[in-house]
Amino acid sequence: MPSVDEIRGRIEAALPGARVTVEDLTGGGDHFRCEIVSDRFRGLSRLERHKLVYAIFGDEIGGPIHALSLKTLAPEEAK
Amino acid sequence: MTEPSLNNDELTRQEIREFIERAIRENRVMLFMKGTPDQPRCGFSARVAAILSGLGVRYAAMDILPDPRIREELSALSGWPTIPQLFVDGELIGGCDIVTEMFESGELQELLGVDASANEGDDSARGQRTEPSPPAADTPSGPAARPIPLENNLRDD
Repeated sequence: MPSVDEIRGRIEAALPGARVTVEDLTGGGDHFRCEIVSDRFRGLSRLERHKLVYAIFGDEIGGPIHALSLKTLAPEEAK
Repeated sequence: MTEPSLNNDELTRQEIREFIERAIRENRVMLFMKGTPDQPRCGFSARVAAILSGLGVRYAAMDILPDPRIREELSALSGWPTIPQLFVDGELIGGCDIVTEMFESGELQELLGVDASANEGDDSARGQRTEPSPPAADTPSGPAARPIPLENNLRDD
């Protein structure tokens, strides 16, 4: 069962320099909400951005991580 | 109905995949979800169905829960791991987060060709409700907001 810190750490490792906030929506360690600001998202569609993040977790999405709700922003889009 | 030269499991999986591909091809707005629009079995699926219904869009919906292979084949096809998945004109648009963001920005309304002004500036339509407001009857922009019943013929009855 991944923790908020683990989720954040893995995203930060995969997307160096990203600003990542992770929230455990239920407290149960399986429904997370993440907001990620990364320059890697520049020029990518929402779909491509989400796929990039999902790829970090592979089969864990839909398995131990039941839901990973994402907001993905390039630096200039973050307010 | 079975061909002896083919492995039954392979044949069925192939049939599932072809059914999914046909559903995406033949329905301009195609939603794969947990449960049905009337009885969603997951909050994320419920939200996307509610957005579509609230926009008065005609869409087809398919419940992925009856057979785990539906989801496996769908995700293999789309490269998208989670449910719901919304397709428009044969292309994956995204899951709940993307559909919600596009609805809030008006991009979804534009993509679907519905009048965005009906929702703009209406804060009550921005994720506050769990139920969509009933669509106006006989809207000039299109047919009623009833999902096309998509027969799930993947199960043996």
